[in-house]
Amino acid sequence: MLRDITLGQYYPSQSVIHRLDPRVKLTATLLFIVSMFLFHTFVGYIIAGICLATVIIISKVPFKFMMKGLKTIWFLLIFTMFFNIFLTSGTPVFQWRFITVTKEGLTTAAFMGLRLFFLIIGSSLMTLTTTPNQLTSGMETGLRWMKKIHVPVHEISMMMSIALRFIPILMEETDRIMKAQQARGADFEEGKFMDRIKALVPVFVPLFVSAFRRANELAMAMEARCYHGDEGRTSMKPLRYARRDGIAYLLLLLYIVVIVATDRVVLGLL
Amino acid sequence: MLYLDKVNYIYQKGTAMEMPALHDVSIEIRDGEFIGIIGHTGSGKSTLIQHLNGLVRPTGGNIYYNGRDIWDEDFSRKELRTKVGLVFQYPEYQLFETTVEKDVEFGPSNMKLPKLEVQLRAFEALKTVGIGEDLYDVSPFDLSGGQKRRVAIAGVLAMKPEVIVLDEPTAGLDPCGRDEILEAIDHIREERKITVVLVSHSMEDVARFVDRLIVMDHGCVRFDGPTKEVFQNYEELEKIGLAAPQVTYLTAALIKRGIPLPGIATTVEEAREMLKAVTGVK
Repeated sequence: MLRDITLGQYYPSQSVIHRLDPRVKLTATLLFIVSMFLFHTFVGYIIAGICLATVIIISKVPFKFMMKGLKTIWFLLIFTMFFNIFLTSGTPVFQWRFITVTKEGLTTAAFMGLRLFFLIIGSSLMTLTTTPNQLTSGMETGLRWMKKIHVPVHEISMMMSIALRFIPILMEETDRIMKAQQARGADFEEGKFMDRIKALVPVFVPLFVSAFRRANELAMAMEARCYHGDEGRTSMKPLRYARRDGIAYLLLLLYIVVIVATDRVVLGLL
Repeated sequence: MLYLDKVNYIYQKGTAMEMPALHDVSIEIRDGEFIGIIGHTGSGKSTLIQHLNGLVRPTGGNIYYNGRDIWDEDFSRKELRTKVGLVFQYPEYQLFETTVEKDVEFGPSNMKLPKLEVQLRAFEALKTVGIGEDLYDVSPFDLSGGQKRRVAIAGVLAMKPEVIVLDEPTAGLDPCGRDEILEAIDHIREERKITVVLVSHSMEDVARFVDRLIVMDHGCVRFDGPTKEVFQNYEELEKIGLAAPQVTYLTAALIKRGIPLPGIATTVEEAREMLKAVTGVK
């Protein structure tokens, strides 16, 4: 069950996308997310969809693997779409007692659903092709200029890399704890809603205890290795841009231009 | 009682991280046996024991409990888990209640037993593992390592299982805590006459207690037989990264030097008897 969460998981493979500089991938993801809100017509969705599909194919991450990550947020997707369908005013297409479904509601629901879907797939593509270490070092170098305005960039990225590093560990631990409690007759699959919530207490208590213990040990280990924060700290693998990164930036720019331009054109036509 | 028929297990089947963990494992566990499972890290022993109570579903093969396939639609695995008790390696994975007593009661209360029966079973179990009444109201997090493990074992024992499976109950304990646990296990067997499966990597512990030894290597069963017979193959055991008890090497070396011992010994006591018989010293 817990293994199905692919958001934040790395999928090892040898592709151009994997080898790209993490700064490129971070910028790309950010711009992709922004681009989702730059267009108003269906053409934008088609272009974004095609581009996303191309990147997925190049990345060699199986699509099935990505879809597994969606499982956990189906609820959010359906929830959003549900409210959009029933609570948008406009021309009614279907009416039953107090329930009205409008044309506008259906289109916004479809677009909202698609937008969420793209956002999630897009950002999980980044985490699937970038190791947590690369990701945070990319963030640290990419945002270094913010230090001038006293943003603790290094501390934040260190916290992030530790958090990301702990996700799989804690997930595995949750799995084991659940098994240990199941071995004592705990039941996580049956019962009423409240019972199920109560059934999680025997999982969360040991999990928190172990998380705190681990955090303590890690802090001790870091201190033992003379970690002293940002000042004078060097990197084992300093980030350097290659040619492919330049090309990626260009393609990214092209994508934004195309998506905005076609949207304007189509809007003019309608 | 428990029968594994060509069980296979692959971790994360169908992904790039696919990893075989068990390969065609066939084992029969009979009533009242005391079985040891040894193998080095990653040999599949932990995966194997999670199959015994249906925590993990095999990717191939079948497991039968008293003749019934445990993955049948109408088979209750929840009930199976009360019959085949599994104690995980780290007690930290299961202790969560505010007091020792409440924690031990968790198992039997999941079985929907009357309150008195639950309490009675908890007391009995705690007594069997040698936890005194003075500790009943203590938080399980304040106990020593050995005490925590004994409470964890009691937590499973309180369900009155027919088989109890212990995953490396002595790992990471000091010699004192180790002896506490081993004594508790021995006591359980004596008192309850149940089947015990002990996963361990301490050859000395295994040799001292178990009657039958299963040796795992790379997800396969390499040896399965009476403890003594398995340790006869100490040279092969070494090849797969394991070893026989030290006293086995000692007696083997003595035989090589021409001292007429009746055979190799697996425990210190046994070796002493042999040497006494040979030398005539009392």
